[in-house]
Amino acid sequence: MADTYIKHQYEPILPKKDEWPVVKLSKNRKDFIRKVADASKKSVLEITAENIDLLKEELETTLYREKLRMKQNPWAVDPDDEKEFWGKVKSTMVQLSADGSLTKTQKKKKYLEILDDITMRYSEEIASNFIHSHYKVTRRIVTFGFSRLLNAARVKGFKSIFSNQFSLQDKIQIVGETDQIRELASKGTIVMVPTHFSNLDSILIGWIISVLGLPPFIYGAGLNLFNISIFAYFMNALGAYKVDRRKKNLIYLETLKTYSSEALQFGVHSLFFPGGTRSRSGMIEKKLKLGLLSTAVEAQRANFERGEDDVSGKIFIVPVTINYHFVLEAPSLIQEHLALTGQERYYKESDEFSTSYKISKFLVKFFTKGSDISVSVGKALDVLGNYVDNDGNSIDRNGRKIDTKDYFLYNGKVTVDAQREEEYTYHLGKRIVEEFHKINRVFSSHLVAFTAFQMIKRDNKKMDLYNLLRLPEEDVVLIYNEFKEECLKVLGKIKELEAESKVQIAPHMKMDIDSIIDHGLANVGMYHAKRPLVKNSMGNIETQDLNLLYYYHNRLHGYDLEKLF
Amino acid sequence: MTSKNSSKEKSVGVVGMGSFGTAIANILAEKSKVIAYVRRAEVVDEINQKHTVDGEAINPEILGTQDPEYLCQSCNTIFFMVPSSAFQEVIRSFSPFLYPYHLIIHGTKGLCLNLPPGKTLEDMGKISRENILTMSEVIMKETVVVRVGCLAGPNLARELYLGQPAATVVASKYNEVILEGQRLLRTDKFQVYGNSDIVGVELSGVLKNIIAIAAGALAGLGLGENAKGLLISRGMVELVYLGNALGGSLKSFIGLAGIGDLVATCNSTLSRNYTVGYRLAQGEKLDDILDTMEEVAEGVNTIKLIKAFVEGTGMRAPITENLYKVLFEDLKIEEALQYLMKYPFSVDVDFL
Repeated sequence: MADTYIKHQYEPILPKKDEWPVVKLSKNRKDFIRKVADASKKSVLEITAENIDLLKEELETTLYREKLRMKQNPWAVDPDDEKEFWGKVKSTMVQLSADGSLTKTQKKKKYLEILDDITMRYSEEIASNFIHSHYKVTRRIVTFGFSRLLNAARVKGFKSIFSNQFSLQDKIQIVGETDQIRELASKGTIVMVPTHFSNLDSILIGWIISVLGLPPFIYGAGLNLFNISIFAYFMNALGAYKVDRRKKNLIYLETLKTYSSEALQFGVHSLFFPGGTRSRSGMIEKKLKLGLLSTAVEAQRANFERGEDDVSGKIFIVPVTINYHFVLEAPSLIQEHLALTGQERYYKESDEFSTSYKISKFLVKFFTKGSDISVSVGKALDVLGNYVDNDGNSIDRNGRKIDTKDYFLYNGKVTVDAQREEEYTYHLGKRIVEEFHKINRVFSSHLVAFTAFQMIKRDNKKMDLYNLLRLPEEDVVLIYNEFKEECLKVLGKIKELEAESKVQIAPHMKMDIDSIIDHGLANVGMYHAKRPLVKNSMGNIETQDLNLLYYYHNRLHGYDLEKLF
Repeated sequence: MTSKNSSKEKSVGVVGMGSFGTAIANILAEKSKVIAYVRRAEVVDEINQKHTVDGEAINPEILGTQDPEYLCQSCNTIFFMVPSSAFQEVIRSFSPFLYPYHLIIHGTKGLCLNLPPGKTLEDMGKISRENILTMSEVIMKETVVVRVGCLAGPNLARELYLGQPAATVVASKYNEVILEGQRLLRTDKFQVYGNSDIVGVELSGVLKNIIAIAAGALAGLGLGENAKGLLISRGMVELVYLGNALGGSLKSFIGLAGIGDLVATCNSTLSRNYTVGYRLAQGEKLDDILDTMEEVAEGVNTIKLIKAFVEGTGMRAPITENLYKVLFEDLKIEEALQYLMKYPFSVDVDFL
């Protein structure tokens, strides 16, 4: 199963766009926003325990931070009436605290009105604006553009531009539980949780979702991306809702979480990058951001509370890993990681995706040369991390059917317990990380990078990581035969792990070891100006950039393979 | 004392009617209907007909059963009170009938081994943290129940049975489990504290047994209170270091389940572990002592496990290591004591 790449066009599971949850949501946009605002208001009130002084403090903090943000960090995408809105909030607040004639209940009512205005404004701001015609155009551009490029590059001759010999699926292979996700998407609500290594991921996942015949998923995208109008167009088309990382106040964060939770309860499939941002170190995410994940648990409980006990009210978590030979942003990501964790001096970030020139250059390279990407779709889990079968039943370790609702029962009734859900979210996060490691696919490039770095580390036992990375590259040479021996050893262990279903292996790893090494060397970080690994004229192995080698090596972190060295 | 709940409400389960299980079942029966599971048919009959266990009277409303399925269906909350050596087996027999809506609280102060299939502790020699399971970890591994808690503290079964005032700790990651434990157990004579560090609380109860054996040995040698004071405080240091290495937090070790239990067991002839130490010092052989004891002294097994763990991590735990030699390698207690007196401890308290 894991060996065969899945290459065929899937029929859409919901052919009529009117049946798409995301379209239904956008039709009900107004009501939905009202609902989110009300629910957020309720949860802020719960957090402040209905205490009027605490609420006032929260409002004041929010006001203060918003004023500061507008002054210090304004963005093009910010609405024009922002100053006016917060100015009004301020004057109402001032009036309220000065006015001694109001009774406590009257005051409370006024504060609640302010809170209502703010949650309403935030919900409006966050809400996605899915427009079906835009979605269709975008999907066509992506698929058409990509496959033209691909065929132009691979099929020689004048007519190549119109050839359909190669499709995107030759380049990007999809493996794993694709039938299950289709099956479950038509029954319940999917939360897809992919690993995040590159900015390319969002586009890639969007494309995969459409190839699999699934209706569009909504996902949170950084508001900064909406600063650029062309991006804003695509994002809106793909059902993105806006996440403003500048706003850290309680009311905003609650509204954001409520939005996600309510959308899930509405039945809209969602996409979370649970690592929060791209993995800086190149390792598979180990610690997940639990904020958004908690909304999946919350939405599931809310569905049970309403008595939606059948599969239509069930939420399925589907882990996905995206496997690359090459990550465009690797140099800046790893530098950032090292600057953050280590003793390197201040490093100024430069984002490779900053100019469209660089993006196009990358795309051309990507399509003209053979660097393949594979996407593994994992088995679906319920919100407690139990596997589910194709009918959506949760199955325990002993193969017994269990009811997810049971986890939310106390004395036979579904109860709301924030602390319990916090623990469940933490538990789910751990399960997702485990699944990531299981469905991760080992490529030849990961093998050679891992082995080479571990050998260098062993040769310089006394050095700590940062000293090691500062070794002059020209001093590092690995004798080919020794390197081959070690690669064989690591490969043997990886095959053992595969046999225990603890990891997956790409088909190109079935070649003989010399071919695997050649394949790996040719592919590891292939478009970087400085290559992580090369063969020198003597046939031995050298590196041109240790940081990059470390980055690609990290992909196999977490399998205890270090113990072999 | 407190009124009984309505008959609609589910019963509370108690699995294992050793001395501690019986004492807890009695406390629970003050407020709730209790169903008790025991393995042997004659004990079921004794409970249901004579309302006694081993001749000691128990609350007549406690219902005995041999059927795990019946107990699981009748109860939402179940207390597992079986010795660690039988724990895995008992849990496995309950596992098919347990569902995620169950809450489990256990009162077992021991550890289980978790070795690769076909291996024994002797094969492994050294072990690491993954090879050791606390009882809550056994429950999580063998069942679908996630809302798990433990019961620990200075709770000598005999004193509880006599209705003397005492307190206990219910530890769980889940507040609702702590609250449920308090709701069910709390009486005028039994105070219940909560703690969220379940592993720390479990380890407190487990590791203090080592020191209890040592305390019994000192008493058996006829030594006085100075020596005991020395042992308890140095034992505490060792407990904290071992406990941290196994994943517990310092706060739990200096609480009721840690210091509280340590002081109680190190002073009491009612403690089984203390008795093992005492009789060893009187010159008896370990095998003879264990053969003649009615219930399990968890400390003996704990010492074996912890010694292998200490060797696996390269830590030093002088009291545990020397007790191991006394128990399994025929070192004389006097010699072990001498070794400890010469050991270069220098700092009094270095863990705070």
